[in-house]
Order: sequence, then C-alpha cells, then structure tokens
Amino acid sequence: MEKLEIVRRFPRKRDQLLAILHELQRANPRNYLTGEDLRLVAEYLDLPLSAVHDAVTFYSMFSLVPRGKHIIRLCDSPPCHLAGAWSLLSALKEELGIDVGQTTEDGLFTLELTSCLGVCGVAPAMMIDDEVYGNLTPERLKEILARYREEG
Amino acid sequence: MRIARAHVLVGVDEEARLAGVDRVLSAFREAIRNAGLEGEVQVVETGTLGVSGRGVVLVVYPEGVYYAGVTPEDVPVIVEEHLLKGRPVERLRLPAAVPQTEPRQVLGRQVRVVLRNCGVIDPEEIEEYIAAGGYEALGKALTEMSPDEVIEEIKRSGLRGRGGAGFPTGVKWEAVRRASGQEKYVICNADEGEPGTFKDRLILEGDPHKLIEGMIIAGYAVGARKGYVYIRGEYQLSIARMQKAISQAREYGLLGDDILGSGFSFDLEVRPGAGAYVCGEETSLIESLEGKRGWPRIRPPYPVTCGLWGKPTVVNNVETLANVPEILRQGADWYRTLGTPTCPGTKVYTLLGHVRYPGLVEVEMGTPLRTLVYELGGGVPEGRTLKAVLVGGAAGAFLSPQDLDVRMDFDSLREMAAALGSGAVLVMDESACIVDMLASVLRFFRHESCGQCTPCRAGTDALVRLIEAVRRGEGDGRTLGLMTEIVETMRLASLCPLGQSVALPVTTALTHFRDEFEAHLAGEPCPRCHKLERALR
Repeated sequence: MEKLEIVRRFPRKRDQLLAILHELQRANPRNYLTGEDLRLVAEYLDLPLSAVHDAVTFYSMFSLVPRGKHIIRLCDSPPCHLAGAWSLLSALKEELGIDVGQTTEDGLFTLELTSCLGVCGVAPAMMIDDEVYGNLTPERLKEILARYREEG
Repeated sequence: MRIARAHVLVGVDEEARLAGVDRVLSAFREAIRNAGLEGEVQVVETGTLGVSGRGVVLVVYPEGVYYAGVTPEDVPVIVEEHLLKGRPVERLRLPAAVPQTEPRQVLGRQVRVVLRNCGVIDPEEIEEYIAAGGYEALGKALTEMSPDEVIEEIKRSGLRGRGGAGFPTGVKWEAVRRASGQEKYVICNADEGEPGTFKDRLILEGDPHKLIEGMIIAGYAVGARKGYVYIRGEYQLSIARMQKAISQAREYGLLGDDILGSGFSFDLEVRPGAGAYVCGEETSLIESLEGKRGWPRIRPPYPVTCGLWGKPTVVNNVETLANVPEILRQGADWYRTLGTPTCPGTKVYTLLGHVRYPGLVEVEMGTPLRTLVYELGGGVPEGRTLKAVLVGGAAGAFLSPQDLDVRMDFDSLREMAAALGSGAVLVMDESACIVDMLASVLRFFRHESCGQCTPCRAGTDALVRLIEAVRRGEGDGRTLGLMTEIVETMRLASLCPLGQSVALPVTTALTHFRDEFEAHLAGEPCPRCHKLERALR
C-alpha cells in the first residue's frame, strides 16, 4: 500500500520512470527493486513489464537483487586510480571480506565500483549511500566503516 | 546582499560538505553572536571558490582574505582576530601562489564569465542572482529582441558547444527554430560523467539561476515551451539546488505562463539519471528521458528535427547555456574580445592529479596548456617531473611535456589529433605508469559501453584483455598493432561517440609513450604495475 502511495506522487507519464524507480528503491531497506515494484510501475505507467525490466537492467544505480543496508561505491575512474584507488579496493575487500558486487553476511554493506563521482579534487573518493568521502586512505576507510558498523 | 561591514563567503559544494562545512557554518553563526557582531558581519553560503582539495575554504570581504582547511575550532579565532581586531589569521591563509578568484575581476590569467557568480552569491537566493545582474538578459531578449535576433546574436558571438563537440550553438538553435512542428523542446545535458570533470556540477550548485536563464532564452529563441534538465543520478546536491531554483523562478514569474508580460510561456523540470555514462550522448540522453534504456539512436535524423518524443529538440551542455545570459547582457562584440577568432569566450577546466593546486579554473579559449599546468596549477609537486597530461577525460588524449605549448581550444587541439573534450586536465608525474593509466581508461570504457553495437561492445572487452596482457608482460609483437586496429575499427563503425572516441586515448598513448609499452612487453619490471598486481591479487 505504501508503495502505491510513492508511485502516485508522480504524474502517469513514461518520462517519470527513472524518478519513480529511484524512490521505490530508496524506500526498500535492502536497496533493490522487487518484481512487485516493477509490476506496479508497469501498471501505473501503462507499460509492458518488459519495458520496465529493460530500463531497470540498463542503469547501474538499480538492483534487482537484495543489497546491503549501505551501498559502498568506490570510484575507480582514471583520476581516482592515479590517486591510489586500487589500494583502497584491496583494503575494502579485506576489511569487508567480500568481493565487488557482493554483500556482507550481516547484510550491512554491499561493495560496488562506480564511474567518476565528480569529486576528483579529493581523489580517491567513494560514496556510501548519498554521502561522499574523499582523500581516502586505508586507515581512514577503517574509521569510516567502523562508524557505520556502530550505527548499525 | 544586505549592507554589512564584512562578509564571510563560505564555499559550499560537495567537497566542502564532506570536509564538514555545516559544522563550520554553525560555529560561525555562534561565534558572531557571541562577539556581538550580528548585523555587522554576514555569513553567506556560496558555491565553489575554485580551490580544490583543501577542505573548507572561505573568503572574508572587504579584504578578500582566503582561508583554507578551516575547522569549527578555527572559527572563534577567525572571528576574534580577523573580524573583531582586523588581523588576518596567517596560519590559516591560503598560500598566495594558489590562484584566488577575485570576483568579477581578472586575476592572474583567469577570466570569469561562466563562473562569474560562483563563490560570490548565495545560489539558493534568487534575489542575489538578480542583484548581480541576473535575468537582465532574459528581460532584454523578451522585450527588445525577436527570437531571430537572439539567434543572430548567439551566432555572431561564435559560441560553440562546451560539451566536447564544439558545434556552433546559434546554428543548432536556428535549425530547431526552422524545423517544422509546433511542439519543441530544450534539454540541458547535465549528465556530467566524463572522468575528471566536475565543472557542470559546480555550476549547477554554485549558480543554478544562470542555467535557468540560459534555458528560458534558448526556449524563446527556438520556439519551445518546455525544457528539461537531465542531471546524473549521483549528483544529489545539484538536483536539490536546481529544483529549489526552479520553484523560486516560478514564484517570481520567470518561469510559467506569460513570462514578464511578454506572452511567452516556458517551464522547466528536472529529471534524474541513474548511472550510465553513455547518457551524456545526446540521443541516449533523450531515450533515457523518455523512460527507456539509454541506447543511442541511429543518426540522422538529428535531435534538431527529431528529438524528444520525435519533436525538434535543442540539447545543450550546462556550460554552453551558462554562457548565454552574459552574451546577451554584454553583447556578442564583447564576447568576441575573449578567446580566439574561431573559438571565442572562455573555457572552464578541472585541473587534477599531480599538480600543486588542483581545482576549477576559467580562462580564455586558446590559453596554452603550459599556463594551465604551471601558472594556475602550480606545476607538479617539488622534486617531481612532469610525465604526461590527459586532456579531455577518459575520452581524451595523452599528451607529453613536448605538447605543453598547444593552445587549448577546439581547433588547435584537433589539429594535433587531440580534443578539448569536457575540459578535464589530469596531470601525471613520473610516478604514473601510462600502461596502467590506459588500462584504467579502458576498464572504464568496457564498463560503460552500452552493449548496443558490436564494435564497441566487443572492442572494449578485447582492449582490456590486451592491455592487461601488456601490463603483465604477456603480450607479443602483435599486441600493440592489434590494439590500434581495434580502435580504428571502433572509430569507423561504432554507433555513437563513446565507441568512436576510444581511439583517442589509445593512439595518443601508443604514439607518445611507445617505449613504455614496449618495456612492459619486454618484461622490464614496472614498480607501479607490480605494486598494483600484488594489491589486487
């Protein structure tokens, strides 16, 4: 029911598709879009389910599988790479015990790589959910993760 | 701005936010209250001050003293020493060598047209934009000029698209105006995704009304009543600022029906992207805006005749549109005094990598690369030597120190088989390995290839395999030739500029830094690649 309310805030026009999907995904504590979400949007916008699925699977910010409570997006574009993003990647993998695209067992974190976040002035950088972190070092990384772990 | 004895302008952008600018701001308000300076000193949140990588940056006027790396603990000291006693706090001052961007003046070699208001006004207050001359150009266009005259003025100014292609803006507008059909659209391409580029984000965050004004003028010129700002999904602050600015403009009657009593109606909406570099390509962007996967369309027809929902559409980059109000306000003749005869005006660059002062700079078109790297960027850190500059982002060219005298404009760079691109300037010293950097560029393209056309989908994958083989010293005598052949095929046969542009970084890296590739192939140890392999194992 709650989902229907989210969807109904938007005009019934196809060009609202991405905006609606963003909101539905944000409302899901596991940060993903369910089959039910896709059917709901398809019906609301009067689109074939395949058209919604087609769009969802194209964009890197959407997921069809459950993800962690927090999504870590590490930038590995050239400016961050130059500033040592690769050493952070190995630190992150080690600290979390998962590979890129996986979720920690406690369901707290999902590790993803992202293209340039546009904060290259403080490279290397990453985003956790909507927060940006820059000037990262393996030590700072540990501090940041500890904070999220504390908050749960 | 209200009259006050002193102003503290605090740069609030994504970088400052992550450095804790919110706490600095509240510390300022508290300290000013405690010192009894309310009404005398005004704290203004503004966009970027053009200094990157130095935490919270602020400037105190009228003296124009810049402070960097300011923490909440420093604030009482600044208030006590500087604002109360008039003694700048030396230990927090930005080194004098850092290019400081005195508003509305030429400082050093910077010329601010697009960034004129960034770091000067509060982007969340439309009154400040208006007080700085904002919406004057719109008033002039709507009351004194016909749409054809607006187009003529833009054509005369010689403005060219700042998204990378450099197509004349006035010519594009004219094509849309002449296209048949009543329904037309204006789209602002704010899907900034070129690695190393964040100029559009800082314009969106620092001066959103300038963009709105540019878009209304574009709508008036081409005969559109509706516009969209397509902003990449990751730019949360930009989306919020833009939405706020749009509702302010509506309240002031600058958007909506019968703008300024002219009979012209125009409205704007923001649409978020969802993480796809290819959507920066205009036909992909249109597909995405229509609620589909962002696959590029086959052209022709071009968007000027068949764009959004099949209607004639202008698609302009953020920086291009931000030039428009100044051109109308100050005239095409003034605009042509800046830059070169074929590329008038200024260009905004993001200076990054191994330079002493990374950040955002705006200089005249045609400024030599050397000036950017050494005068504005301060050169590579002491004791290091310059090795390469990647100009234009991932879809850019690797240039060597011998190329530093090239003038930065569309034509001069094209002449040397490079491209101005998005304005990203990534500087590398001797610690960088070009093979490793090219591998990073190619991984980026493999990830972002949309998969629609075969040359790009298969080509980017093959290129990553080949470059990884080079890095591990496993390639043979044919590897580099094969890479050249693949990018040439991609250049000729790919559907959109994404696949076509991969040739640029590959051929320039192979031309200017061939020995490095051959050394890797010969199995000579590379400390950078070795460290990386170990870390990623």
